[in-house]
Amino acid sequence: MNEIIESVKNLSIGFSSQKGKQISILRNVSTNIKKGETVGIVGESGSGKSTLALAMMGYIKQGLFPLKGECLFKSEDLLKMSSRQLEKIRGRKIAMIPQNAGQALTPNLKIGYQIDEALRLHTDLKKTERDKKISELLNKVRLPSPETMAFRYPHELSGGQQQRVAVAMALAGKPDLLLLDEPTTGLDVTTQAHVLELLRFIAKDTGTSMIYVSHDLGAIAQVSDRIVVMYAGEIVLEGPARKILKEPIHPYTYGLLKSIPKLSLDGLPASMPGSQPQPGSINEGCSFYDRCNLATDHCKKNSPDLEHIKELDTKVRCFNHKELINKNNNLQTSITKKSNNSEAIEVLKLKDVSISYAKQKFFDQLLNKISDQNPTVKDINIDIKKGETIALVGESGSGKSTILKSIAGLLKTKDGQIKFENDRILSSDLKMRNPNDLRAIQLIFQNPDESLNPNHTVEQILSQPLKLYFNLSGEELKKNIIDLLKKVRLGKFYMSRYPRQLSGGEKQRVAVARAFAAKPDIILCDEVTSALDVSVQAAVLNLLQQLKEDLGTTYVFVSHDLAVVRAISDRVAVLYQGRLCEIGPSQNVYKFPSHPYTEVLLGAVLEPDPDIKPKLVAEDIVEEKPPEKGCSFQGRCPRKIGDICNSEVPPWQIGENGNAIRCHINIEELASLQQ
Amino acid sequence: MLLLILKRIGLGLITLFIVSLITFVGVEVLPGDACTTYLEREAYGAALDACIKRLGLDVPAYERYLDWASNVIRGDFGYSLSGEMPINEVLGPRVKNSLVLASVSILIGIPLAIVLGIITALWRDKLPDIMISTITIFSMTIPEFISATLLILIVAIWLGWLPGIVIIPSDATFYELLSNIILPVVAISMIMTAHMARMVRSSVIQVMASDYVQMAILKGVPYWKMVFKHVLPNALLPAINVVALTIAWLLGGVVVTEVVFNYPGLGRLVIESISNRDLPVVQALAIILASIYVGINLIADLMTLMLNPRLKSLQIRK
Repeated sequence: MNEIIESVKNLSIGFSSQKGKQISILRNVSTNIKKGETVGIVGESGSGKSTLALAMMGYIKQGLFPLKGECLFKSEDLLKMSSRQLEKIRGRKIAMIPQNAGQALTPNLKIGYQIDEALRLHTDLKKTERDKKISELLNKVRLPSPETMAFRYPHELSGGQQQRVAVAMALAGKPDLLLLDEPTTGLDVTTQAHVLELLRFIAKDTGTSMIYVSHDLGAIAQVSDRIVVMYAGEIVLEGPARKILKEPIHPYTYGLLKSIPKLSLDGLPASMPGSQPQPGSINEGCSFYDRCNLATDHCKKNSPDLEHIKELDTKVRCFNHKELINKNNNLQTSITKKSNNSEAIEVLKLKDVSISYAKQKFFDQLLNKISDQNPTVKDINIDIKKGETIALVGESGSGKSTILKSIAGLLKTKDGQIKFENDRILSSDLKMRNPNDLRAIQLIFQNPDESLNPNHTVEQILSQPLKLYFNLSGEELKKNIIDLLKKVRLGKFYMSRYPRQLSGGEKQRVAVARAFAAKPDIILCDEVTSALDVSVQAAVLNLLQQLKEDLGTTYVFVSHDLAVVRAISDRVAVLYQGRLCEIGPSQNVYKFPSHPYTEVLLGAVLEPDPDIKPKLVAEDIVEEKPPEKGCSFQGRCPRKIGDICNSEVPPWQIGENGNAIRCHINIEELASLQQ
Repeated sequence: MLLLILKRIGLGLITLFIVSLITFVGVEVLPGDACTTYLEREAYGAALDACIKRLGLDVPAYERYLDWASNVIRGDFGYSLSGEMPINEVLGPRVKNSLVLASVSILIGIPLAIVLGIITALWRDKLPDIMISTITIFSMTIPEFISATLLILIVAIWLGWLPGIVIIPSDATFYELLSNIILPVVAISMIMTAHMARMVRSSVIQVMASDYVQMAILKGVPYWKMVFKHVLPNALLPAINVVALTIAWLLGGVVVTEVVFNYPGLGRLVIESISNRDLPVVQALAIILASIYVGINLIADLMTLMLNPRLKSLQIRK
């Protein structure tokens, strides 16, 4: 157990800037991987975690080069090896499981071939033995019908299945060390929990060491024995998983853990100010100085070393870490949010809304209607009150974004009505809406990189809605832009910047400011924090909440992340395959009794706590189409009671605290089943 | 799959039908007709009437169209005006010449383009890439009438190795033809190869940067194996359509080159028949060129469909 298989010594990796200066991405990183252990490397984007992981396979991305140090695998330096020597090690001794298996599998080659390739390269098995081995491997990663799976192409599998194939491929060479680069990011919550469970089983079963790289402390907590925390290219904290997660003694880790929304907590997570420094911008002092609330003048001038603390078995890079020892019992706190439910006026009503993506047939086009018996989204009835935050939750394909688009007028509804203010029917066609309605409903997108025009300055971006809706110009326009920037906590000097000169969080703030520029009544938020790092996510959530409290805006918040939804929303609607399963006040939806699908989702949430294990109650099958009749969740429901689920649409049942559940099982019975 | 092919062929036929209609109508609405063009200043009185009767121009237009179309389907394009020769006899040798020129250029140019494209991509920003890329950019930017004229000047006049213009007797053997077309082939290939090599290069570079290629490297796949199994099939797929367009362009006649070298191909025939107002020939050429484009694009689409597993299963599911 104590045999070291890979050790990184004083590794620095960097690139040459245009001015010929050497800029490091990784700075003086040293760590050891022991046999049979799983090490989690955690950090936000740009912290150098992936660069470190790839260097551990002797792979340096194009444009980067090692500045100093070594990566010793069984006392041989991978960085000095020829590509011939590396081919013998990669896949055979150290194997990689990539982030996005959908893109990491070669599209023109069958699954079986790609696994066979690894077997041919790294074992001496004959053809028939290899064929047997392929189905063994596919079986081991729990793929259905391994015999026929080998003859399929990557695109014919779902995301979770592709990830499993990548695992099978990595296991083919019987490696001593498995490198996992964000292997579950981008998968649905239930799939993610299943894949993690599989990885944990494989680690135990084969005794393989694993390096698990992720930005997600929840996933890291589930698999790791030891955790390495990276910040701005340095290791800032390293130690046993439990110690790191329960008593973090570095202010960055502490802040990071506090900024993660948790299911058990009501209210918003605390945010950390600022963002990670750019590579090359740190000249002296601690790299976390700007964001640290323990920082002193000493920290500004001197950079701390990685100090080993024997009694905690932890290494930490902080002068003031003693202040954090034994005072971490306040990790479980959050900012309480004001809810303004006093005004119970309904501003937006969705009545029997159905939306179909089916192509119009020729005759339907003539009659301007859509004949689809089984539309993507069906029978949505939601009344949204003024000033509330209502969240739509579900996995990919649940129709949550589809509903959002049709509220915005970007997608035509098939049936039903969208009513706005005093029961006035909003046309489902954008061109038919009047300008004031267009102003009143604004949309914030998931990815600010794509929603902000890269050729416009922040000033131009923000002036467009102001000019369009309020005809502002000159000094007044400028004053309004500065006001807006102030609202989203950005300084005046951001006006002349282009989106590419902003960090992810700043970009999303600009997107928020643009939405608020129209002085809207309703803002539709489509996964607005999914592309952001956790510390930035907390800041954006707090900002949204603050703006809502100040201006009384109504939010329709779409997210797949149940913990984020828990933090921000007043009411939650759970969707499966475009049908509502459950709707109610958020504190009640997260309590039992709940719809079996909500139960499955809640069970799969990964908390950054090694003691809370996910509960896997349903298979992570992907259904392509909603069932034609009966309950939408019949295909995966762990509590299915029989034929009635297949034939009849379940009735709404209202629980004691006002959350409505659509299930054939009596609500009291559900409560006792879910105890 | 079969249904899909039939559907595509059907669409192609509709395209051809529309092309034939447009050319027929176009010719019809132009002032003057075949007889006035043919008879020139004698186009009056009895001579004109006799001509109209002889060419069947006195029947209504739609009847003439149907008549013409049914003949075309049978492979008979009617008579040309200028020589009063059957158009088939005018077209025959031209089509053959164009085919020879095009196929030789294709056989040399396309493999060369692919190889050059791959080399420049794999040795990106290194010496082979810099050298080849410089040459390809040059041959792309120099217009063909200049490069062709320069070729004639250097090879035919200064060095005297090859004939400067092409004079092919109608009974020329393939070998005789070959020595005559070397210079036109070089002139055409320079531009075609350069364009395609650039395209292949960027496509290969894009695939080399993909996640699955990084994955193959990290899986321990040896370099050349990775190139042939993981990179090329995916990188060359989008090249098929470009190759198809190039082939269609070549068959349709490379007008400038043909004029410079005095090569009797389809391209020159187009120019000649238009300036002679030889309308039946123009009509015939329009149909033939359209068929070439439709046919080759159809083949390219079907090939992409066949080779790309992603599109294949998408189509079948539909």
